Amino acid sequence: MNTGKLHLDHDHLLHLLREMLRIRLFERKCAELYQREKIRGFLHLYDGEEAIAVGIMQALAPHDAVIATYREHGQALARGVPMDRIMAELYGHVEGLCRGRGGSMHLFDRAHRFLGGNAIVGGGLPLAVGTALGDQMRGRDSISVCFFGEGAVDEGEFHESLNLAALWHLPVLFVCENNLYSMGMAVERAESNTDIHQRAASYGMPSEVVDGMDVVAVELAARRAVAAVRGGGGPYFLECRGYRFRAHSMFDAQLYRDKAEVEQWKAKGPIVRLRKWLEDSHVVIEDEIARLEAEIEAEIEGAVSFAEAGTPEPLTELTRFVTLDAVPE
Amino acid sequence: MAETLTYREACRAAIREAIEADPRVFLMGEDVGRYGGCYAVTKGLAEELGEARIRDTPLSESAFVGAGIGAALAGMRPIVEVMTVNFSLLALDQIVNNAATLAHMSGGQFAVPLVIRMATGAGKQLAAQHSHSLEGWYAHVPGLRILAPATVEDARYMLAAALADPNPVLLFEHVMLYNASGELDPAVTTVDIAQAKTRRPGRDVTLVTYGGSLPKTLAAAEQLAADGIEAEVIDLRVLRPLDLATLAASVARTHRCVIVDEGWKTGSLSAEIAASLVETVFFELDAPIARVCAAEVPIPYAAHLEQAALPQPATIVAAARDLVRPAS
Repeated sequence: MNTGKLHLDHDHLLHLLREMLRIRLFERKCAELYQREKIRGFLHLYDGEEAIAVGIMQALAPHDAVIATYREHGQALARGVPMDRIMAELYGHVEGLCRGRGGSMHLFDRAHRFLGGNAIVGGGLPLAVGTALGDQMRGRDSISVCFFGEGAVDEGEFHESLNLAALWHLPVLFVCENNLYSMGMAVERAESNTDIHQRAASYGMPSEVVDGMDVVAVELAARRAVAAVRGGGGPYFLECRGYRFRAHSMFDAQLYRDKAEVEQWKAKGPIVRLRKWLEDSHVVIEDEIARLEAEIEAEIEGAVSFAEAGTPEPLTELTRFVTLDAVPE
Repeated sequence: MAETLTYREACRAAIREAIEADPRVFLMGEDVGRYGGCYAVTKGLAEELGEARIRDTPLSESAFVGAGIGAALAGMRPIVEVMTVNFSLLALDQIVNNAATLAHMSGGQFAVPLVIRMATGAGKQLAAQHSHSLEGWYAHVPGLRILAPATVEDARYMLAAALADPNPVLLFEHVMLYNASGELDPAVTTVDIAQAKTRRPGRDVTLVTYGGSLPKTLAAAEQLAADGIEAEVIDLRVLRPLDLATLAASVARTHRCVIVDEGWKTGSLSAEIAASLVETVFFELDAPIARVCAAEVPIPYAAHLEQAALPQPATIVAAARDLVRPAS
């Protein structure tokens, strides 16, 4: 799946489209379920950013570590974390990834080396530096990929982490999802330098800017970056420029941006673009995409059924796993 | 043949032994390598064990504590040295939001077998920002085990037990203990990290303490003995989870209790202990529980002010005497 050159053939392009559609349609279902109060708490949806998670994941190996943010449904799905287990987690059921303890912001899956899900902006970067350090010390050829938004580059932990990763030549791929807003804070109101990736140069770290709306561009950049990191080149910084189509969370009235701006970005969204390209170049037939969507809708329905049939964790288990009896192997 | 060594030497021996025994163990922190450690605990170890196992970090508490968590997640057994508890505030997010929570929050999928060692406490005229005793804050957080070795034996052997624990352990070394000397009983090669220990038996009053306050409390017990009051001194050793059973059993015999805690009194660990004793052995108490803590001030630089702000044998003696022979 992730080795060798990128072949932009029918199968692969359809795969990329499928992966992005899975995320888009899953998030749509989450929004609906949230309105119906099946999902509670904070819900941060990934619409518009699908190309970033999907493109990056094409370049990773199963033994790589993935650390993401509270807006991580896309990364989890693209990583292969089972959709039904995610949905059950969103329902707060014991069949969920984390027995319902984490919810939307804290998806963890040991089987896919998916280490969250972190609700503190910037909080995952030191963890990624650590998993990379640990892997390096244990002689593994794993890399650690850390997703974060452009807001995170203002936290001290960002600077500390980049410095340490560069200094110790650690195999970390830092992926900055620059969607132009940290909650309601537009990037030009928060950044003394809006060219985010330039910060990496301060730490002697190579970086690239990628069109985060172009899944093929993201995949190409990811393969280059991952090869460099895995090849012992030290950490790498990818700034993926994109846009968040929905609000920050379900509570956000979006007072800080124009509807017109959102519509402009939607018109050049990652799925729209890939779809159009595939149709214009006759790589796929209309039928195929319709079938794809039907399959995905069926998968989503299955995930919802699984979650609906789920059960809450018994209250007697509340204090279980505060500490563990052994390190899971 | 009992070995005599300092608390500092005991800490160093523990670190050396742990690194030599297990390739997963390494230590990182500020100035642990070429400087030899702020309190000289790791002096010589980088030369002995190599700079991959004794790693100097930049001044980035949040990053290197978080990296310790990540390395633990990746299968290593890191020892992170935060120079003092005062600087640990910069890593509070990583400790509280990650180290302490990942196991529970992930539904038991991920353990964080990390040890964080920190120097703590006051007495060297280092003023307010370098004199905190915040063990009580950390003892508030589920998911963390908090240790306070007060003897050379515990300094020597608690680290190994902490490294064997699959969960995050914070180990606090009081700065005034590093030069203390003690004998190691050759028959002892391991210690538990679960129980309090009675350091001095007595029948008239229970003195509960931990860490740097142990020597002062033992000195107070000697003074009380000269006055005909036999104090039982209990060293908590483990601040979370507290060994309430040992404390309760003692209070059930003495019926009086003084808690000595170098943190500020308000919202302190001593408050937690007092509340817990009231919950469990209220009807055994013949007097209110007394607490000897730091004064409610940022710890000052001037020697006389600093000493006045901290628990002392004299104030411990006075508190104990007031319980046993209340002024009428």
